[in-house]
Amino acid sequence: MKRREFLQSGAALVIGFRFGSAQTQQKQRINPFNAWVKIDEQGFVTLTVARSEIGQGVRGSLPMILAEELEVDWKKIKVEQASTLPDVYGEQDTGGSGSVASTWLPLRRAGAAAREMLVSAAAEKWDVGRETCVARNGEVTHGPAKWRLTYGELAAAASKLPIPNLETVPLKNPDEFHIIGSAVPKPDVPLKVGGRAVYGMDVKVPGMLYAVVARCPTFSGKVKSFNADKAMAMPGVRHVVEIEPVVQGAHTAGGIAVVADTTWAALEARKALEIEWDLGPAAHESTEVLWQQFRELADKPGKVIKNEGEAPPNVAKTVEAIYETPFLAHATMEPMNCTAHVRENSAEIWAPTQSPDWNRDLVARVAGLPPESVNVHTTLSGGGFGRRYQSDFAVEATQISKATGKPIKVVWTREDDMQHDFYRQATYHKMTGALDANGKPVSWNHRSVTTSIRVFWDPPDKVRPERQELGVAQENLYGIPHFQLEYAPAASYVPRAWWRSVSASFNGYIVEGFIDEMAAAAGADPVAFRTALLASQKNKDASRLLGVLRLAATKANWGEKLPAGRGRGVACVASFDSYIAQVADVTIRPDGNLRVDRVVCAIDCGRAVDPDGVRAQMEGGIVYGLTAALYGEITIENGAVKESNFDGYPMLRIKDMPRVEVHIVPSTEDPTGTGEPAVPVIAPAVCNAIYGATGKRVRRLPIRLA
Amino acid sequence: MLTISVNGRQQRIDADPATPLLWVLRDVLSLTGTKYGCGKGLCGACTVHIDGRAVRSCQTPVSSAAGKKITTIEGLSPDISHPVQQAWIAEAVPQCGYCQPGMVMSAAALLARTPKPTDADIDSALAGHVCRCGTYQRIRQAIHRAAEGAKA
Repeated sequence: MKRREFLQSGAALVIGFRFGSAQTQQKQRINPFNAWVKIDEQGFVTLTVARSEIGQGVRGSLPMILAEELEVDWKKIKVEQASTLPDVYGEQDTGGSGSVASTWLPLRRAGAAAREMLVSAAAEKWDVGRETCVARNGEVTHGPAKWRLTYGELAAAASKLPIPNLETVPLKNPDEFHIIGSAVPKPDVPLKVGGRAVYGMDVKVPGMLYAVVARCPTFSGKVKSFNADKAMAMPGVRHVVEIEPVVQGAHTAGGIAVVADTTWAALEARKALEIEWDLGPAAHESTEVLWQQFRELADKPGKVIKNEGEAPPNVAKTVEAIYETPFLAHATMEPMNCTAHVRENSAEIWAPTQSPDWNRDLVARVAGLPPESVNVHTTLSGGGFGRRYQSDFAVEATQISKATGKPIKVVWTREDDMQHDFYRQATYHKMTGALDANGKPVSWNHRSVTTSIRVFWDPPDKVRPERQELGVAQENLYGIPHFQLEYAPAASYVPRAWWRSVSASFNGYIVEGFIDEMAAAAGADPVAFRTALLASQKNKDASRLLGVLRLAATKANWGEKLPAGRGRGVACVASFDSYIAQVADVTIRPDGNLRVDRVVCAIDCGRAVDPDGVRAQMEGGIVYGLTAALYGEITIENGAVKESNFDGYPMLRIKDMPRVEVHIVPSTEDPTGTGEPAVPVIAPAVCNAIYGATGKRVRRLPIRLA
Repeated sequence: MLTISVNGRQQRIDADPATPLLWVLRDVLSLTGTKYGCGKGLCGACTVHIDGRAVRSCQTPVSSAAGKKITTIEGLSPDISHPVQQAWIAEAVPQCGYCQPGMVMSAAALLARTPKPTDADIDSALAGHVCRCGTYQRIRQAIHRAAEGAKA
């Protein structure tokens, strides 16, 4: 019996299908599906979906897509979070700005398949041609007499019909869309404003105890010895256990876990631990030492990644600049946490995670259990930004639960979270450009040095260091005739991984900062300079980027004269298959104090499924990127992170919020990413605006004027 | 044993008097709408009302709240009908939502004191709050909307 046939048996109509790329099909899981549509006898529709809600609004946008093809009231669709059991689901990742882009077609096909089956079931019951039946608003109708059967009445009969081929099932004409592209209320908003939404931090299971972990402040450090007598004597403390670092796939620090009746009791007892640390080889690392390495590496040629065209004979002017960006922490509002209950033959995990299947596999390994016996419940996440791709918190909770035999919630303090993150790479770039006598750019050389993500994660014999470092830096969208990119990785013990928009977060700043410098060297207007280059390119990427550039410039009234102390800057970046331009207005007071007054953002993300959700992601991406541009810097001293909380690592607050205007390009293309691509555009737009106001270039983030 | 009044109910608490109110609410009383964000009074996620004033529960020893009237997000309205909550829903403010209970509590305290706040009043009342999803523009609109509604 085929799996699909098995799934649809019973009174309800159930269709299993899959999201994701071809890559995920290589995984051999028992269950190939990671999404399900169920229509029950009452006509209620359940969408069980393996995508985490991390603030990007998937519980609103995904049911919209399904409802459109299925022809049901959007409010009748209930979204259920997939667990990793009772079966082992396929790929469940939430990231890469792909929640809508990767589910768009599968959800439409699943909705259309269910609709076709319901229509066929009705046609059979009435003994009429199925072409005479119409599915609309949760029912099928026929003929002038308007015979009608609801989806609930048809579900059982439909479930016995063969599922249409999902590749060829007829999809709705987009001209008839009435849900996709409309404004619909977001289902979990009332729970969130009522304090009733349950995040990982809020999980309670019977008999649960709270744990906090004392981790070595230096990366790669270990426990040498410890004395827990004082901690154990404190009220409410139940256990103190040592947990080993788990390197492969998790990179946990290990340390001493204190387990208590309440979070506070555990926190107080942690202070009473006496621990001697072996600080390890990272103890000598500092930001200063790393930058010395950066400068040395940038002085020599790196690995040649791109070398297009010939060195120009006709150079009239050269431009040179060094760009630098720091390590950054994710700083999700909800610090890392996880609840685990490891039993003899099974384990249950409650985690705010972007990667439940990765969590499951590591939990299984650490618990000594097969993956099939680990159930990961994905909770709401108080922010993700890439941090919750990791499994370190799940591994810790598993270790402590296994050691104590109790259900354990491990809670990270803000300090734990900020000092034991997987940071955005620190980077250093030597840029050299050349213009001809007409002010046309003829050469571009970008020598990039970073603390590579892949070097941190991959086995040395398999590593390709540049793999996640270059992104938009290797796209010659401006069509510069001689285009060179070189790369060298710098050595560091600092853990690094994916931070909202990953390498675009710095490459967007560098490319758009340096092209602005080339425009200035050519004596050209920044918008006109970019426009001329993009318009000369005959490819879709360049023309869509040009579209948003023109839209943002028009809406921002680009070209108008500004009073002294004010500046306007532009940047445009294509990332995650979307195209974004932003125009930033800044005011700089005589004391050097900077204020970003307004940001006009134009986005082409294909068809906007949930336009208000797109606007929210633009607002959010701008704030995330602006916070980093204005304040973000993680400093390493003696192998440890110096910043520990929002005092040393400040956040943008309401008084500094610019007015953000978002303009969405109408499009019939398939939807593309929105969660990340606004982030890389704001730093260069603001820095270019500062140049407009002051004539000074900002080539190192965070921005420090004066 | 301490007795505190939370959302109109007297609660007897067996805790160290120095325990921050935040952890009593969350771990002892299971009122998890009040969030932990920083533990230092730097982010506002833990904001509750004590005698109508917005305070940071992570910086408030439970003993100092005894005898006072504590209101948490769960007690602001039984059915999420408070004008601030309704305005938040209308403006689709939350993204991840984790900081929002604290924001709502500060906004409600502001409007109780200043029914028609200016942007400067809003900036000042919410200066201690952090939202990493960047919902500030909608928060400002929602507070103005709630103030408009109250006036009508």
